Amino acid sequence: MRILSAILSIFINPQFYKIALTAATPLIFASLGGVFSEITGVVNIALEGIILMGAFTSVVFTYFTGNVWIGVLMAIVSGILLALLHAWGSIKWAGNQVVLGTAIILLSQGLTGFLMEPIFGQPGQTNFVGKIDEITIPGLVDVPFIGQIIGEISPFVYIAFGCVFFGWWLIYKTKLGLRMRSVGENPEAADTLGVNVHAIRYFGVIMSGVFASLAGAYLSVGEIGQFKELMSGGRGFIGLAAMIIGKWNPIGAMFASLFFGIFGAFSNQLQSLQEITVASNVKSLFDTIPFILTIIVVAGFVGKSRPPAADGVPYEK
Amino acid sequence: MKKIIESIAVPVISVVIALLISALIILAIGKNPIEAYGKLIHGAFGSQQAIIDTLIKTTPLILTGLAVGFGFRAGVFNIGAEGQMAMGALMAAVFASNFGGLPPAVAIPLTMLIGMLAGAGWAAIAGFLKAKTGAHEVVTTIMLNWTTTYIASFVITGPLATGSGTPKSPEISTSAQLPILMRVGAMELSAGIIISIVAAIFMYVFLSKTTTGYEIKAVGFNPYAAEYGGISVAKNIVLAMAISGALAGLAGVTELMGVHHRFLGELSGGKGFDGISIALIGQNNPIGIIFAALLIGALRTGSNEMQFMGVSKYIVIIVQAIVIFLVAADRIVKAIYARKKVKA
Repeated sequence: MRILSAILSIFINPQFYKIALTAATPLIFASLGGVFSEITGVVNIALEGIILMGAFTSVVFTYFTGNVWIGVLMAIVSGILLALLHAWGSIKWAGNQVVLGTAIILLSQGLTGFLMEPIFGQPGQTNFVGKIDEITIPGLVDVPFIGQIIGEISPFVYIAFGCVFFGWWLIYKTKLGLRMRSVGENPEAADTLGVNVHAIRYFGVIMSGVFASLAGAYLSVGEIGQFKELMSGGRGFIGLAAMIIGKWNPIGAMFASLFFGIFGAFSNQLQSLQEITVASNVKSLFDTIPFILTIIVVAGFVGKSRPPAADGVPYEK
Repeated sequence: MKKIIESIAVPVISVVIALLISALIILAIGKNPIEAYGKLIHGAFGSQQAIIDTLIKTTPLILTGLAVGFGFRAGVFNIGAEGQMAMGALMAAVFASNFGGLPPAVAIPLTMLIGMLAGAGWAAIAGFLKAKTGAHEVVTTIMLNWTTTYIASFVITGPLATGSGTPKSPEISTSAQLPILMRVGAMELSAGIIISIVAAIFMYVFLSKTTTGYEIKAVGFNPYAAEYGGISVAKNIVLAMAISGALAGLAGVTELMGVHHRFLGELSGGKGFDGISIALIGQNNPIGIIFAALLIGALRTGSNEMQFMGVSKYIVIIVQAIVIFLVAADRIVKAIYARKKVKA
């Protein structure tokens, strides 16, 4: 009973939901990036690297210009460049997309690690360079409970949800979206109907770079105001997991990301409870759950999730 | 002969291009790339100690390279060598720190076997799911990698934790430690290097001289034709993943028994991922893989000396990234190669 009420106390605390939302935000960006690339038929495991590079670039430009938003903008540019590289190797040269993705992850780890000392004079992590403040929504902030969750929160959380609905609208409600899906399912047929398969795929991959770099910018200037080596910490892969569980649909991926966010927040809060003591290493066990869940889902044991038919297959005329 | 030269040409040209691009990056931060590469080579091969260090670093890389390369030959992309390596080391550590009474002649092979079985079993999950449900092994092995990372961090800070400071397991019993071949200063070269070369020979013989090896290759080459020819695709996929995982597990075991003598959590530190680069550079050929592993091992070892002149060791990660990008999109290299030929 004591344990139950302790656990319940987590769930009635609005702070818990705020933590869950902010934990889910980078995952939402990453999974949306995965959706955009894979829906057009290009597997993109490079997300992890693009996130890392986005986090680094935004800190670098914030450091030099003093303007956090220029940092974010340049992070997006870095994301587009890395995505272009992935697209170029995958689409133009028909390379193995998983290997190319691995190469881009390594490239990001290498470049960020290499440039730390020349730019900041120290390896490991940078000093605080500035961060994007939480925004207060007038009116909403005074609403009990809800106001404590989303009344005063990082603007990135709102941007993330905005991107999800934009992505859903683009993919399912526009001509471009129809072309994206057709190129991912049956490129030959799309080509016959006059769709430029390669151009659409470039678009999908570049958009995935935009979203993944936003995840990175959020982690650094959006949350803590500094860059730490390897700070992407697997979020690109959890994003892919969310994409799979969300069945390659932006809304589904968003819910999966939220679920992972709530889960992460829960295992964190569990340790701060006074009523029961939970050893700190138990968090590690909780952290395995998104990955095990993804295995169960791809294996089709619960809610079969199927990738686009031409996912990962280069298209050549 | 022409075929051999062509298969070597792509990785060699890729390495050269990667070194050239990285030289430009070194120039960009105002350092001398020739001096940096000189230090790199000296750091990897310049002294007896350096050579031994390079060989120590090469040992697990040969094995993870073989693991991934074997998978490629069998038509499966095992991106999970990282996790299988850690799982192998973890299980072997649990075994070898509890059964100290055994003589080395029993303890060493038994510990190796446990580690290989753990790696094989962990990889076979992905093989089984691919064969039974069609779940793609790239996705499942990535997920198994992260699962292992967290299991390892749980075990190393909980049930297996010992002492204070960095998380570590208790030392494995001396009877389960690999014999030392050579000792220079603090560097100890264990018999692990021999194990890794034997594994390479095993892969060669198995794939080219045995029926099972032939079947596994046939399934990798064309599963439909293989099935038509009476070869069980499902059985061979599971088997291929298991053997690949056993090789990765063995990499973890040689690190445990020959280098650290303890399980250190995320022991592999990217060596499983390096296996992908190495298999690609070595063109999935056991001999090629040995040389590719030596290349990566030498880059890693030599980069420490390069750091002293203010060139971060991360440059070798950039080199590695460019190499595998070019090997994966090998038509880029072939296009350059073809143009050169026309000119000549």
